[in-house]
Amino acid sequence: MDYFLSEEQQMIVDIARQITDEKIIPVRAELDEKNEFATSIMQDIAKADLFGLFVPEEYGGFGGGCFEIALALEQLARGCVGVATSYAASALGIFPVLFSGSKEMKEKYLPDIATGSRWAAFGLTEAGAGSDAGGIKTTAVLDGDEWVLNGTKQWITNGGESQIYTIVALTDPTKGARGASIFVVEDGDPGFSYGKKEDKMGIRSSATRELILKDCRIPADRIVGRKGTGFITVMKTLDVSRPGIASLGLGLGQAALDEAVPYAKQRIQFGKPIISFQAVQHMLADMAMQLEAARALVYAAAKHIDAHPKKMSKASSMCKVFATDMAMKVTTDAVQVLGGYGYMKEYPVEKMMRDAKILQIYEGTNQIQRNVIGQELNKEYS
Amino acid sequence: MLIVDVEKCIGCGVCEETCAFGAITVEDGLAVVGDGCTLCGSCVDNCEVEALHIEDDGRIARVDKDEWSGIWVYAEWRGGEVAPVSYELLGIGSRLAEQRGVELSAVLMGADLGDLPESLIAAGADVVYEIDDPALAPFREDVYGAVLEDLIRTHRPEVVLAGATAMGRSVIPQVATSLGAGLTADCTGLEIRRQDGALLQTRPAFGGNIMATIECPDSRPQMATVRPRVMKALEPDAERSGRRIAVKPQVELLRSRVEVLESVMGEEEQVNIHEADILVAGGRGLEDEKGFELIRELAAELGGAVSASRAAVDAGWISYPHQVGQTGKTVCPKLYIACGISGAVQHAVGMQSSETIVAINRDRQAPIFDIATYGLVGDLFEVIPLLIKKIRERRGQ
Amino acid sequence: MNILVCIKQVPDTKDVRLDPETNTLARSGVESIMNPFDRHALEEGVRLREEHGGRVTALSMGPPQAEEVLREAISCGADDGVLVSDRAFAGADTWATSYTLARTIETIEAENGEKFHLVLCGKQAIDGDTAQVGPGVAGRLNLPYVTCVQKIRQSTDSSLQVERMMDDGYDVVALPLPALLTVVKDINEPRVPSLKGKMRARKADIRVMSAADVQADSACIGLAGSPTRVVDVFAPQPRGERTIFAGTLEEQVEQLVERLESYL
Repeated sequence: MDYFLSEEQQMIVDIARQITDEKIIPVRAELDEKNEFATSIMQDIAKADLFGLFVPEEYGGFGGGCFEIALALEQLARGCVGVATSYAASALGIFPVLFSGSKEMKEKYLPDIATGSRWAAFGLTEAGAGSDAGGIKTTAVLDGDEWVLNGTKQWITNGGESQIYTIVALTDPTKGARGASIFVVEDGDPGFSYGKKEDKMGIRSSATRELILKDCRIPADRIVGRKGTGFITVMKTLDVSRPGIASLGLGLGQAALDEAVPYAKQRIQFGKPIISFQAVQHMLADMAMQLEAARALVYAAAKHIDAHPKKMSKASSMCKVFATDMAMKVTTDAVQVLGGYGYMKEYPVEKMMRDAKILQIYEGTNQIQRNVIGQELNKEYS
Repeated sequence: MLIVDVEKCIGCGVCEETCAFGAITVEDGLAVVGDGCTLCGSCVDNCEVEALHIEDDGRIARVDKDEWSGIWVYAEWRGGEVAPVSYELLGIGSRLAEQRGVELSAVLMGADLGDLPESLIAAGADVVYEIDDPALAPFREDVYGAVLEDLIRTHRPEVVLAGATAMGRSVIPQVATSLGAGLTADCTGLEIRRQDGALLQTRPAFGGNIMATIECPDSRPQMATVRPRVMKALEPDAERSGRRIAVKPQVELLRSRVEVLESVMGEEEQVNIHEADILVAGGRGLEDEKGFELIRELAAELGGAVSASRAAVDAGWISYPHQVGQTGKTVCPKLYIACGISGAVQHAVGMQSSETIVAINRDRQAPIFDIATYGLVGDLFEVIPLLIKKIRERRGQ
Repeated sequence: MNILVCIKQVPDTKDVRLDPETNTLARSGVESIMNPFDRHALEEGVRLREEHGGRVTALSMGPPQAEEVLREAISCGADDGVLVSDRAFAGADTWATSYTLARTIETIEAENGEKFHLVLCGKQAIDGDTAQVGPGVAGRLNLPYVTCVQKIRQSTDSSLQVERMMDDGYDVVALPLPALLTVVKDINEPRVPSLKGKMRARKADIRVMSAADVQADSACIGLAGSPTRVVDVFAPQPRGERTIFAGTLEEQVEQLVERLESYL
């Protein structure tokens, strides 16, 4: 369907698609097998100016928003969700600075982010604080003109590959969620190190590591926004980045459908191509419908968020749940359509199915998202 | 010029369908000639109402063709040896010279040539122009080109043939341009037209999708390059006699702006795939570098060499010198076994004249089966080990 | 370093199919693309400019539609694009093409008051496959040249050291600038267009030059200026007898080995 993109939005789609076709698809199986981070593809994405999509023009970016990121991510995810996640996580990592950082802080970090010469990562999750983000234990204590951070962040995407980390830490443990602040920790800061690289079910070209802060000392001006406003920034960060994650689901679903339909057309059983059997046709029809519905919802949510509304959580959560549940179903069905071949690593759909699962988990599990939607409905109707 | 007779044209579109270059289309019920027209005449032949004809442009004669005579072969010298393609060219050159009733000459330039010219005479040359000079030891485009051009201007051969090798494709186009001569690359067929003695040059175009025959109506020499293994050399005859003419080029011709610092030989197997009688080729179906181990095993079993499609080379599984196809080498072995190769025209054009082609591919619809003498539809990872086993069994008997 | 890259718009020959029944090429739906070898030439030019400063100009001879590849070149880093286009160029063979390109380059150089340091070409165009235009242009411009360059080892404003791919390996060659190189795909991985590049390309003014603008001699251009002439076009010969084996895998391999007896 035609979504009436502007000329520039179409350029973004074309560039991301070319990167997927020329740079990602040829190597995705190998990256997956070797659990290898796609450094050179990240550099290709940087050279194509895509890292700067959401950075304001005054800092060297394109000045686009959620929708532009979603367009790029959808195309990159058609290639490999792992690669697309690496790109998305850098955006996620720098959003706190974009939303709440001082002018000096933005000037310090955004230009490099825009050129893709430095990447970011978001450090929120801990061993005891997943869905219950408020349960974080990492602390930050002011000592003279330095903050001292202590704690361990778990499962951080781009951990060890990025140079700029936005870490959520408690500046006042007694205040609970209202006692949290965000800090910029850079690769090389004293007391900052990485744990081992995780061995994951999917998105294996995305690097996931622990971040270890042991008396990590950073200058006082590294705090992002006002002390205690950490979780307000976190909520906004997650709200704005969810359509991007949803978009990964769109690209993944599309890639799966693009494998399933041609296969069904050429696979002959009982003397006919299997696409002529209703059982298969109905599966494909459902897959295509769900994909298109998800796309419409994600695009609408992204544009809604770009209009800076007072409330965006419901739209943001809805598109994330719908698109990622769709991706899980569509990739699973794609494997089913390809049958035995779909289960074999020489065909790309089994990787797609493995990649899909995480979409329902990270950036807020789909259960938490449903909580959010429920709560918003409750508020709306009172 | 291709002229459309608007009175006769009925806008049926047959011309549009026939045109290989998309150069004639039907607009508002009339044929319109576009920019790509090469005056090949296919549409003229096919027009059912004779609404098309080709008018002479009034081309200016570039040379007096009668002043040019003789068939020449540029014999390629590198590292103390004459490239095999040169002997193959003497083979076809002999036939052309016979048809024209003229002498066949070879041009050999290099350093310390010794008796190499004798091998050219044994292979069919009536005359060998030898240019032996230390300045010709390294291959430098400008020097080789200047010497060759000077010789051609002096002796005015009617036809000059050269190998479409790295050296040939580098030097010959520049010489042809300088001489104002027509040059046809990668010819697969060469013959003399009986009516006027012109050289007809046939070659593949559009990535091998079509064949085109080309002539040089009013320029001389008529120049053509031919890929190795396309033509056949004569049986060398040591009894043949010929004249050796030593040429000492003027000093200015030997001056170069280019300097060769070193020559690095390829690391892979010594066998140049052009020479092999049996080639086992691997393509995308091998899935990764390790797949080539199977290919190598089969090649070793058959005493053949390994080649590859562009897909395998682009994927980094094997190096470029092994690549067969439009942008790689043209080979013509006795046996070509294509494993996991789809057989797209770009590859086919590089191996389709092999004596016997065997295709092993999982995909029944793969175009390779259209050109294979023997086709086996199956998983190469199962077929090849089985094939090796059976060959060994047969040998054991 | 001021660099000129020659670019050609070609049909994507991997999609061109010959209909064996009608003996014609099925051209509908075949995309026009930048000749793949030229993408590598352009990329190399852009890299040299990134290293040395200067400008990269993309030049194409073709019908008005060829403007698309010049814009694509700009989106991939070229500073500007020139299209030399004229009905009179139609039907040009490689001799007439190299004449036209050389005349255009000389005209631009005269306007600039200086020569280009380097002219870059792809090794061959995938529709003609002759690899003749590059050396032809070098000859006409009297430039030292090297073909099939797989790597530029060193570069300064006045000289280059390159690797020239040969059939048996490669040679390391030094040459002065100005010069011309034709490149093979091994030389680099071309970048995809950048967003800023595409926006620049959209707004760019592509200069169009006619035969008169480059003072082309009408006897040297187009069909009239081409020493070679196409006499006939036909389908490649289909091969003879073909057999596809049947049976179990074991049986099929047995049959194959039997047929290959004479080669064992």
